[in-house]
Amino acid sequence: MNQLALAIPWLGKRNPAAARWVVIALALAAPLIAVLFGKTWVRILDFAMLYVMLAIGLNLVVGFAGLLDLGYIAFYAVGAYTFAFLASPHFDIHLPFWLALPAGAAFAALAGIILGLPTLRLRGDYLAIVTLGFGEIVRIFLNNLNHPINITNGPQGINMVDPLVLFGWDISQGLQIGESFKINSLFLYYYVFLAFVVLSIILVQRLQISRIGRAWAAIRDDELAAKAIGINTRNMKLLAFSLGATFGGVSGGLFAAFQGFVSPESFSLMESIAVLTMIVFGGMGNLAGVIVGALALTALPEILRYVAVPVQQALFDRVILDPEVLRMLLLSLAMIFMMLLRPSGLIPAYSRYSRPELVVGKQSSGEVAK
Amino acid sequence: MITLLEARGIGKRFGGLTALSDVSLTIRKGEIYGLIGPNGAGKTTFFNVLTGAYTAEEGEIVFNGSELPAGKPHLVVEAGIARTFQNIRLFREMTALENVMAGHHIRSRANPFAILLQTKHAKEEERLITERAFELLRYVGIERFADTVSKNLSYGDQRRLEIARALATEPQLLALDEPAAGMNATETAKLRELVQTIRHDGVTVLLIEHDVKLVMGLCDRLAVLDFGKKIAEDVPAMVQKNDAVISAYLGGGTHKVGAAA
Repeated sequence: MNQLALAIPWLGKRNPAAARWVVIALALAAPLIAVLFGKTWVRILDFAMLYVMLAIGLNLVVGFAGLLDLGYIAFYAVGAYTFAFLASPHFDIHLPFWLALPAGAAFAALAGIILGLPTLRLRGDYLAIVTLGFGEIVRIFLNNLNHPINITNGPQGINMVDPLVLFGWDISQGLQIGESFKINSLFLYYYVFLAFVVLSIILVQRLQISRIGRAWAAIRDDELAAKAIGINTRNMKLLAFSLGATFGGVSGGLFAAFQGFVSPESFSLMESIAVLTMIVFGGMGNLAGVIVGALALTALPEILRYVAVPVQQALFDRVILDPEVLRMLLLSLAMIFMMLLRPSGLIPAYSRYSRPELVVGKQSSGEVAK
Repeated sequence: MITLLEARGIGKRFGGLTALSDVSLTIRKGEIYGLIGPNGAGKTTFFNVLTGAYTAEEGEIVFNGSELPAGKPHLVVEAGIARTFQNIRLFREMTALENVMAGHHIRSRANPFAILLQTKHAKEEERLITERAFELLRYVGIERFADTVSKNLSYGDQRRLEIARALATEPQLLALDEPAAGMNATETAKLRELVQTIRHDGVTVLLIEHDVKLVMGLCDRLAVLDFGKKIAEDVPAMVQKNDAVISAYLGGGTHKVGAAA
């Protein structure tokens, strides 16, 4: 979060403490601001939170460990479907949220290991191709496993997934305060998702500044040298895949509960690429960058959808470019400009894997050196 | 003298090319042992076999009384052999301190759950690692660059950092692959001091080097490789007088090469 605060222009560097409060205030007030533009925007914010979680998880694999994964959405799918199997009328199982979600996460982690094992020796482009294939395989399985035995219900997906129920309180019903005032469930979902995001950030930061985070960074920077200092690269890569997948699985479970239904089309290759783009756009390897990237790239298409048509009508009296076309066009343009102007992302990675302040007496030696 | 490492009849082929054949040598505890030879003699190949990067077809290496696992670099490090690279291989995006901290990986134990929960033990271990890493930077004399990203360090300092990182694995045998390559006279002199300090502090050193002057002055004993075979193993003074060695280095008459082969 400190990184996020520092990234705020002007204020971040002058008054980090104030900037930190700005970040907290923004995070808490976001849905209240969004609702001024309509309820849809709160919904978009909810999705943005899920994407932030996905981006954090993928960043663990791609940004920290340097394993290019183009099939990450598969873990999102595994998490979502596991949740849907365990909490919907489809199999008539209705496990509570606190069991279904960890189950989704665990299955996603298992899927991560299954993907990781055969790809251990691959790097870069080759790994990307295999993971891309993996993502598609999962989607195709989901699409076709309704025959001969109906497991996934095929392209129709699974409907009526149980909503989030926290301690016997069904969030999707909203919160009734008194007679006249009711908090919409979209707001409640936002705060639940926000809590998950904050927890993810804390956990990932702990991993980053640890022997494991350093081992990942070592493998990313130079695998041969990493082996030469005794890092078991096989185990560390598998750990990266499975932990990264866990975040995808949790996000998927939340998605299933929030949306109420899951279908294979939510987990297309384009989604994998979208999450990867968020990371690259924001700043690979940097948590703050990844979060900003995820928020920006979730919001951008929606803003376009609402702005492009009226603006074009006002300027040319008709719609020349369909918002969907415009979206791809602008996104590509944004990426090209990013490559030219800020090749390492919006907030370039300044990743720390240590706490130098832990060194006792370092200050004094620093003075001597001066 | 106690034997620390014994290589017995090491043979390594790449397709039809025999890179090493029947190389046996013995490194004693506490010495600086040199491995020299002309270009392509098989020095680096031997090095890679020793550190587990390659698997030898023949022979075995006994370290500290037990056989070294072949082709498993991380187990070799765990057994107590650390190495540096001829062309420096640091973790470029990490700071100097973090590079050395990464070197502590094999000697630390915190598992993912302990780290995620930040248990007392994990926190304490992290503090110890940071402190020890800083000590090592001081040991090799670059503590003022602790927070510098390693790719921005000068060439000589990168070499030192690589040695510090290798020492972080707490080795009994430190294997240096041409540490003086590309260094100027001052830097070489400093390196020589550092190697002597390391030996003095109880770490056996294996040195592969082109710089014959450095090797002769620094090593207690050395072995000479030529065309994948060991042609001499002795104290520097005796090696210098060895006919096979002289012909290998000066490209002597055919009868000498025949004798060497």
